[in-house]
Amino acid sequence: MKHGRYDAIVIGGGHNGLVAAAYLARAGRRTLLLEKRPVLGGAAVTEEIFPGFKFSVFSYVVSLLRPEIVRELDLPSHGLQILPLESTVTPLENGDYLASWADPDETRRELCRHSPRDAEASVVFGRLMHHMAMAVKPILSMVPPDPASLAPSDLRGLLRLGSHFRSLGAERFHALYKLMTMSSADYLDEWFEFDPLKATRSASGIIGTFLGPRSPGSAYVLLHHYMGEIDGAFRAWGFQKGGTGAISNSIAGAARAFGAEVRTEAEVARVLVRNGRAAGVALAGGEEYTAPIVISGLDPRRTFTQLVEPAEMPEDVVAGIRRYKFRGSSGKVNLALDGLPDLTCLPGAGPHLRGAISISPSLDYLERAYDDAKYGEFSRHPYMDIVIPSMIDPGMAPPGKHVMSIFVQYAPYAINGGWTDAKREAFGDAVVDTLARYAPNIKSLILHRQVLTPADIERITGLTEGNIFQGELALHQLFFLRPVPRWARYRTPIRGYWQCGAGTHPGGGIMGASGLLAAREILAAHA
Amino acid sequence: MLKTTPFHSRTAPLVRAQTWRRWAGYHVASAYDPHPDREYAAVRNAAALFDVSPLYKYLVAGRDAARLLDRMVTRDLSRCRVGQVLYTTWCDARGKIIDDGTISRLDERSYRLTSAEPNLRWLAMNAVGLEATVEDVSERVAALALQGPLSGELLRPLTPADLDGLRYFRLVHTTIRDLPVTISRTGYTGDLGYELWVDAARAVALWDTLTATGTGYGLTPAGIWALDLARIEAGLVMLDVDYHSAHRALIEDQKSSPYELNLGWTVSRDKGPFNGRRALRAEATGLPAWGFAGLEIDWDSFESLHREHRLPPQLPGIAWRSSTPVYRDGRQVGYATSGCWSPLLKRYLALAHLRMPHYQPGTEVRMEVTVEHRRKQANARVVRLPFFDPPRKRA
Repeated sequence: MKHGRYDAIVIGGGHNGLVAAAYLARAGRRTLLLEKRPVLGGAAVTEEIFPGFKFSVFSYVVSLLRPEIVRELDLPSHGLQILPLESTVTPLENGDYLASWADPDETRRELCRHSPRDAEASVVFGRLMHHMAMAVKPILSMVPPDPASLAPSDLRGLLRLGSHFRSLGAERFHALYKLMTMSSADYLDEWFEFDPLKATRSASGIIGTFLGPRSPGSAYVLLHHYMGEIDGAFRAWGFQKGGTGAISNSIAGAARAFGAEVRTEAEVARVLVRNGRAAGVALAGGEEYTAPIVISGLDPRRTFTQLVEPAEMPEDVVAGIRRYKFRGSSGKVNLALDGLPDLTCLPGAGPHLRGAISISPSLDYLERAYDDAKYGEFSRHPYMDIVIPSMIDPGMAPPGKHVMSIFVQYAPYAINGGWTDAKREAFGDAVVDTLARYAPNIKSLILHRQVLTPADIERITGLTEGNIFQGELALHQLFFLRPVPRWARYRTPIRGYWQCGAGTHPGGGIMGASGLLAAREILAAHA
Repeated sequence: MLKTTPFHSRTAPLVRAQTWRRWAGYHVASAYDPHPDREYAAVRNAAALFDVSPLYKYLVAGRDAARLLDRMVTRDLSRCRVGQVLYTTWCDARGKIIDDGTISRLDERSYRLTSAEPNLRWLAMNAVGLEATVEDVSERVAALALQGPLSGELLRPLTPADLDGLRYFRLVHTTIRDLPVTISRTGYTGDLGYELWVDAARAVALWDTLTATGTGYGLTPAGIWALDLARIEAGLVMLDVDYHSAHRALIEDQKSSPYELNLGWTVSRDKGPFNGRRALRAEATGLPAWGFAGLEIDWDSFESLHREHRLPPQLPGIAWRSSTPVYRDGRQVGYATSGCWSPLLKRYLALAHLRMPHYQPGTEVRMEVTVEHRRKQANARVVRLPFFDPPRKRA
């Protein structure tokens, strides 16, 4: 049996765990990170699942990675290289399309084709969303204060929050309140008339949640996308060279450069607790490592109820975690292609193939896709966000060949009768059949198909119920409620045992903020 | 009327936003897309194709060709073997730079000099008494720069030349799909890259061959905006932007010596007489009065200047080329001449002239930035050039 003594041990090599490990090592702490899989990154991994073709297997674009992490860890020198992903094309059911391009004038003219009114509204809407994103952005870098607490640090945080909201002015505060509570369809209805435009924009409000575009609360997730746009000044939006795994590897590279030890194929079975304090971890293989600080990058269910005995936790916390909503709702289909798809609405290998293709022809289409899921089935005609990474980074596939990444919603974790191999393939068929309605040559191009259901996502990455955000980004699970009230400050009821995954504030996307804020709290507490 | 390059029939239809600029009396594309982001990304991630035909090109031949060039430029031509390329500056009698460019030794007795400005008269003046001919081949020879990490992979199947054996700053006379070309392992991007020199009459055929096979390697025609971002990252100077030709400067202060441009390495210390030798020898004994270095603008400082106005940081989308004051302890110690946000390094960079001793790496200075019409100063740090120097450049 191997032993080792560290200052801090991070469980899980997802990007947040890696960020936390890098910051702890940077502060001079002897840090060990343990990942169960042979590859680092959790849901941000690149794997060659078909010879010569590389896939960002799960998470596939980057938009929200915190600029301070990029700078402070000097990620570009460890391989971070973000390539522009410039356009979005939505094929319509009548054979036309709706596009947004990199150039604002081209986008406006395109939108004018469908609705001159919406083309103008789009500019004003963009300004409002800019202000909303500016209003919310400071919160992303804030350790959530507990409004029910009288502790000085919470009170200081609340005061800061209060003065921040006051500084917004009444108009923007009201707009923000609406954004936080409305459905994305209703919110967009106030601005736009062209249905496919509303559908395509609302799609970013349903990603990763078990909500439809007409479900209240979906408008907030919409805002997340605009957050990437203000950091767009920093230009961190797009496609990572070599896939999202290269982002994880760049963070791991930084962590190692600061002296952290990063180990793969090292599955942690449980956290060692002595006298109510974290003491280290035990691996599935029996090895034990001791450290006074243990940080879990895993999701809240694993962190609170699986890595430790639930009996070590107060009953109300365990109950809160049991109520915490995961409900994975999305799947992924990765295709190795012999050539390029030919869209009926935009034939040929035009610039649109270097951007996203959104299968979101109408709000009804999306809502119907949700209806299927609501009653326990995958969407027969799902919402899909498609990119062809090899068009942006030729290194992803052999010359002339391509890889296609299809994010699919909805595919409920709790599908009627449970996920089986047959059901997975039927889901894959539904995706390809739907795509073939817009790109008829797709079927003849497929060299290899990988279909991932929420059950597969859970099995491979460990994400409970396959939820890509480690729990839904719904209002009742955000900020000081993420993951549960009173434990939103990265602590757990066990002293020295911390959480740093996307199941903590602010969570979601390859952002790294949870890992960064957790590391800061840990360093402040163990100064 | 401005001239068009031999590739114009191919490049013109691709310039979607009609963003043209002048270069040495020619029209060239600033960018093909309305924004250079994708073209720049191709330089650092795949392969970009630049039309660099407007470069001035001179064929210098004859028994004394090397002596002529040796008299004119600061580097030692006796060290230039057949098939080798040298980057060099040339100076006036006071050791101030007239121009910079490359000299390619094409064979035993002929060289090709490239330059940013016309140099025929200067070459002729230096040729007095020598047995050498100088021919302006600027219009006869078309040139493409194929730059980026996949440029070699793209080129390899198209040419019988041993590309793997072609070292940095070497050239080879060969063919690309039967078109006679000279390929040199050179460029202005600081990345792996090649420049292809071809008879102007065959230019279009070369373009078509490259673009037909290049798609699978992400080959992207790219314009000057993308080139400018890349050359700043590579720390490469540009005439009329970062310095002025001694032949054109109106006052002494507008001139620079090679040492003052961080190009002291191009000045041979042991070769025979050449223009500016005496002045340069004298200058080499001490620290130059001015230095040319990189600046990295501190993000937190830059961001907070914007926060005062409730703005997110406003970054330049393309490189800027306006002289910008640099301060230290409240006193102006120099000026930046070009700058850009590096999409690759995620840093705000500038190239600056700094007075002695402020050009030492690590020196903390402040650079002027304008935020909401107000002049402010952002913290910046002096760093060694180049900002970006990947191993693949020389490998």
